[in-house]
Amino acid sequence: MKAELTTSGIDGIDGNEITGLAHVAMPGTLDLSHGTVLYLDAITVSFDGFRALNELSLTVDAGELRCIIGPNGAGKTTLMDVITGKTRPDSGTAYFGQTLDLTRLNEHEIARTGIGRKFQKPTVFEHHTVFENLELAIKVDKGIWASLFWRLGAEQKDRIAATLDLIGLSALAGREAGTLSHGQKQWLEIGMLLAQEPKLLLLDEPVAGMTDAERERTAELFTSLAGEHSLIVVEHDMEFVTSIARKVTVLHEGRVLAEGAMEHVQNNEQVIEVYLGR
Amino acid sequence: MMIERLSQLYGAKGWLAIAIFLALVCVLMPVLYLAVPEDSPFHVSAWLITLLGKIMCYALLALAMDLVWGYAGILSLGHGLFFALGGYALGMYLMRMIGRESESGSDLPDFMVFLDWKELPWYWAGTDQFWYCALLIVLAPGLLALVFGYFAFRSRIKGVYFSIITQALTFAAMLLFFRNDTGFGGNNGFTDFKRILGFSLADPATKATLFIASGVALILALLLCRYIVTSKLGRVLTAIRDTESRVRFCGYNPLPYKLFAWTLSAMLCGIAGALYVPQVGIINPSEMSPANSIEIAIWTAVGGRGTLVGPIIGAALVNGAKSWFTVAFPEYWLYFLGLLFILVTLFLPQGMMGLAQRLRSKRNTHES
Repeated sequence: MKAELTTSGIDGIDGNEITGLAHVAMPGTLDLSHGTVLYLDAITVSFDGFRALNELSLTVDAGELRCIIGPNGAGKTTLMDVITGKTRPDSGTAYFGQTLDLTRLNEHEIARTGIGRKFQKPTVFEHHTVFENLELAIKVDKGIWASLFWRLGAEQKDRIAATLDLIGLSALAGREAGTLSHGQKQWLEIGMLLAQEPKLLLLDEPVAGMTDAERERTAELFTSLAGEHSLIVVEHDMEFVTSIARKVTVLHEGRVLAEGAMEHVQNNEQVIEVYLGR
Repeated sequence: MMIERLSQLYGAKGWLAIAIFLALVCVLMPVLYLAVPEDSPFHVSAWLITLLGKIMCYALLALAMDLVWGYAGILSLGHGLFFALGGYALGMYLMRMIGRESESGSDLPDFMVFLDWKELPWYWAGTDQFWYCALLIVLAPGLLALVFGYFAFRSRIKGVYFSIITQALTFAAMLLFFRNDTGFGGNNGFTDFKRILGFSLADPATKATLFIASGVALILALLLCRYIVTSKLGRVLTAIRDTESRVRFCGYNPLPYKLFAWTLSAMLCGIAGALYVPQVGIINPSEMSPANSIEIAIWTAVGGRGTLVGPIIGAALVNGAKSWFTVAFPEYWLYFLGLLFILVTLFLPQGMMGLAQRLRSKRNTHES
């Protein structure tokens, strides 16, 4: 078979061109053949002259659990915004797998290709029940006519029940989500993410407002998810990061300051200066 | 499957209420109006039939408003425009049906004769056909809403900005329709209608039929809206209302959802307008005035947003009060309306439906 690389093949989304080593890129599907789930190169985002992200480059392997830490204003949330299509970078490239150009897709298209996002402030549908929150999230046809005539099938019921079980909210399935505690909302949002069956999960401060017991369970859950899924966790809580981290990326002023194992990063002089100095 | 889903739209009490309403509107009121002699105390006057028919058209309008405001969180301050477009669409047919009975005795509508026009403008073609105008009733407001909504929602215009644009839209349309050259009768609009589908509009039987049609249309629209809001589509709409960004990150594109609710709402307004015009006998550009559209929002808020039934009750209450007030204290009606809106916003954010619910839960706690 002849390897052939066309320029449009890199976009992937617009056709079935041969890309790289003789496999066909299906439009809209994730291609993990090179072991990389997320590839960001030289991403720059400026707001009114302020560079929130400054030539940031980052690669995440498939199945990895990556923690991102950094002081306030380091660009962590902007990074998530770029990956999920909420913010368009001024320059740079962003790929999900080998073929999906994230800078060309909308938020909902990116979500459909398999990137789930948990916000810093838990964001659930407060006036819907816990069950309905998950029902809205599960991976089904999300077009308008499909929604109008949609009926809950046995398979989906099982999926929702399994998710409720996993996030420990089975007993509260009929409760309005707005009445849940902060920690329960965090879990519900994580449950909604999982119900979408994403390949890559972005979790912005997932344990804020959780009790110690809830933190431990969250750490267990994330560790068990890695492998099958890829995770990027942004967290301030160093203890939590230490408990789950395999590889840590430190952001500072919109770029990567250090990257590596936790001990390695903790002993990096620049990191110590940013966190402890000044 | 479909029948089962339909029967689940309301509980036993709800269906009973609908049945009673339909019995009143389709049987009792027409009989009291047509068959009971005028000197009997049970006789219902033509005035009351017209008033109630009008109120049911307003109720349909409030229902349409609730679909976009109460469920999708889109506050339109231009729904009067869609109502007026539906009214004008049927009005064109009614004008054509006057024929040579008009004052001028010409085939052309009177206002065209006064403007010294020799033939109908091109956009009046086909308006002597009822089926064509019946299509226009939903297509004209629907198409305008679709195009306007597409650009507004695609640009992610939301909240008060969207409301202001809709207000400007209806105002601009009003100015356009005020012009004689627009070809819709200028500030006089259309009036002096004679007949519809060959039946005289002065005939009590025709009035009763229009009254019944308004009630039936209201119930059908209620069931349609109920079907939508109890479907997953309805839950997506309320999710968009509460947290649009989360909806996007769940993989839904909010644009078609908003556009669907918005366009359907405009079409229902068109139907309301078309039922209204033959009953009151006039349509003119003042229906597009910004104040009219704001009033629709008040009915909806008074009844209770996001309940469908609430806005119907709200429209009935406010308009009932209006017809009494404007006779008793004509100067104070607008003050009263403004006060009502402030009071409801401050003390009854869920409107009448919220009040009813609060009273019910209070009674329950007393009993237990």
